[in-house]
Amino acid sequence: MAILTTEGLTYTYSAGTPFEKTAVDHVDISIEDNTMCGVIGHTGSGKSTLMQHFNGLLKPTEGKVFLEGKDIWADKSRMRDVRFRVGLVFQYPEYQLFEETVYRDIAFGPKNMGLSDDEIRHRIHETAQMLGLTEDMLKRSPFALSGGQKRRAAIAGVMAMRPKVLILDEPCAGLDPRGRAEMLCQIRDYQRKTQSTVLLVSHSMEDVAEFTDKLLVMSKAKLFCYDDTAVVFRRAEELKALGLRVPQIASVMGALRKCGYDLPPDLYTVEKARDALLSLLRKGAAEC
Amino acid sequence: MLKDITIGQYFPGDSVIHRMDPRFKIVCTLLLIVTLFAGNSLWTLVIGGVFVLLVQILSRIPGKLLWKSLRPILPILLFTAVLNLLFVGDDEVLWEWQFIKLTMGGLQMSVFMIVRIILLIVGSSLLTYTTSPILLTDAIESLMSPLKGIKFPVHEMAMMMSIALRFIPTLIEETDKIMSAQKARGATLDSGKVMERIRALIPILVPLFVSAFRRAEELATAMECRCYRGGEGRTRLRQLKAGARDYIGFAVSFLFMAGAVTVNILSK
Amino acid sequence: MAEMIEAQHLVYRYPPEIGADGKPGAPNPPTLRDVSLTIRKGSFTAVLGHNGSGKSTFAKHINAILLPEEGTMRVDGMDTADESCLFAIRQKAGMVFQNPDNQIVATIVEEDVAFAPENLGVEPKEIRRRVDEALKAVGMYEYRNHAPSQLSGGQKQRVAIAGVIAMQPDCIVLDEPTAMLDPKGRQEVMETIRRLNREQGITIVLITHYMEEAAEADRVVVIDSGEVVMDDTPPKVFSQVEKMKALGLDVPQVTELAWELNQAGFAVSPEIITEEECLAALRALLSRASCAE
Repeated sequence: MAILTTEGLTYTYSAGTPFEKTAVDHVDISIEDNTMCGVIGHTGSGKSTLMQHFNGLLKPTEGKVFLEGKDIWADKSRMRDVRFRVGLVFQYPEYQLFEETVYRDIAFGPKNMGLSDDEIRHRIHETAQMLGLTEDMLKRSPFALSGGQKRRAAIAGVMAMRPKVLILDEPCAGLDPRGRAEMLCQIRDYQRKTQSTVLLVSHSMEDVAEFTDKLLVMSKAKLFCYDDTAVVFRRAEELKALGLRVPQIASVMGALRKCGYDLPPDLYTVEKARDALLSLLRKGAAEC
Repeated sequence: MLKDITIGQYFPGDSVIHRMDPRFKIVCTLLLIVTLFAGNSLWTLVIGGVFVLLVQILSRIPGKLLWKSLRPILPILLFTAVLNLLFVGDDEVLWEWQFIKLTMGGLQMSVFMIVRIILLIVGSSLLTYTTSPILLTDAIESLMSPLKGIKFPVHEMAMMMSIALRFIPTLIEETDKIMSAQKARGATLDSGKVMERIRALIPILVPLFVSAFRRAEELATAMECRCYRGGEGRTRLRQLKAGARDYIGFAVSFLFMAGAVTVNILSK
Repeated sequence: MAEMIEAQHLVYRYPPEIGADGKPGAPNPPTLRDVSLTIRKGSFTAVLGHNGSGKSTFAKHINAILLPEEGTMRVDGMDTADESCLFAIRQKAGMVFQNPDNQIVATIVEEDVAFAPENLGVEPKEIRRRVDEALKAVGMYEYRNHAPSQLSGGQKQRVAIAGVIAMQPDCIVLDEPTAMLDPKGRQEVMETIRRLNREQGITIVLITHYMEEAAEADRVVVIDSGEVVMDDTPPKVFSQVEKMKALGLDVPQVTELAWELNQAGFAVSPEIITEEECLAALRALLSRASCAE
């Protein structure tokens, strides 16, 4: 079932002035419920603008956005409700922390939703656990945490609202490799546990290759494609033509296939490539 | 939107006005301001208006930009106009309804005030639009340098001003971002009672301050790494040097203003 | 002298936090335990390590932002502890930081690049020449009259590099210069760094946690908990896949693949860091394994 749908979604910045620029151009997309979807594209491809339409921070110049089948702009007074159901985590979210304790900061969103104190407490503890924030950290000032922990506290603030759709803009920016891997695993666990939809905006092809089921590719304000991750990486050559990097493995395996080796078309992670190569090598050895 | 703020913005160009020594530009602008305030006849405005128009044409700053700088003060203009219309009066009643009385004198006064404010804003906008903030602060530093004698920290003041100008766009962008982020968490910024509205600012102001301090610390380290050690022994890429052109420009401005003042006195 | 940077047994710990009672808290564990490292003039060295490994702390010692508790740091023969050398050291070894927004001082690109030479008291004519040259070296000359806020992250970072080049340094230390940039910006900055190293012979010390960037250096130094744990050419460092992963660092995907095949008993050298090398190695392996032979 589709959770988010757009019809002819178009957004033009500074319409009617010489600086006019169409950032999103007639995008029709239908994003499934309960999925982990990667969002890729250049800076300026329109992906951030598109994301800000999903929770009503921007109003389309043209076209419509539907959340669970309902036009989000049909009743403006219910916009807050839309924002609770579509959570948006901006880049470097740790710069939005403001409360005295981590606990109170995470509680800001749920409180705005008007939840009971018991429910808020329950959600905070559950979310903190998913993100590896300890009870002790919840009591501390958010400004006393390390960089990675601050990031998690900020993300927890949106996750605790239990949105139907969670959009994360580059949640791993600036983290080191170990921090990235941990963060991505935690986000995937959150997605599985809550059965919600997570949109992961990322510049790292390796990360989206490993952690997403679906990929949404934006290019020059238009939707280039939306499909299963494996299917999208089969089109490695086209992605390269758009100026997007593809994982090293995807391009090496593509080159090997071109040389005539019998390899499946969707090898884009090290594990898959290793297994395919090993079976090919063993088959070759067995035939001799 | 916050992005529409144009105060202190600079529009690079290569016109006569752009190239004029910023110290002279500041003095000319001050002259204009004083003249506009001192003069109270129509002629002051006409001469001032012609002067501003001339500068605008020479500077090749599009009228659209000037309009943009006026837009934020429209409410003030409107307020001034209404105030003058209602409370300044003479005997020549134009229109009357219960206790409200519009008179010819009121109308003249409100038009006069509006034009005066517009000329003030446009005149000073032309200064900032045609002068890079660095040159502007350099000029202020230079004009204020006699104050060094009384241990006034002129260089530090100028440095602070130019850093503040540098970070205005950065902080505006940051404020926009923080506002969006808190809105996404259900913060309501534009409704509720006064106290609620003030409280609603906390989630925006706290992160903004924290970030400003962090930026300040990093900037200080970066400046030290680039061998910054105060104003002592510092040279400048652009030396402020006044040439014949600047004196001519100043003379022309001076004549204009002197003319305006003379006409003002004569017309009494 | 051919040594640009000579660090001998550096030990450093950050001062303890001041508690609520106004007294300093418990002393921090040392961030640098015992770092000895020499970097030759004209070389391109990458310093890898995860967040908190001490790599940035090391970088700050080169520029005398921090002074060692024990041991000595020499930059072009000058001891950073000698205060009279402070500005000479900072001019010799310029520093570029992570956040491009927080190191640009002026509102116009060329005025920002002029900032350091102005501080050094260089003649205006010479400043003009240096600014133009520096902006050309980083490919930002056409943008000299732009405001920094009109530039992309990669462009801002190049302006920051130009601001350092205008001091005519022998060495540039870059502390995670690409961490906040998108792939295009990262590429721009990396290309600029490489060019400065090759064409102008400027010594580069690149602090990073991106292995793709470290792979472009001549030498990779891995720092972990305040100590140098690996120091070799990129292929030699990355081919130690297990050790790198244990240190919380990545290796290029192709290195990992070659290593995996090697572990499975196939004759592939794991000392592979580029796609081309990997493709060639795999083709050789596959053709050997096929029945054609």
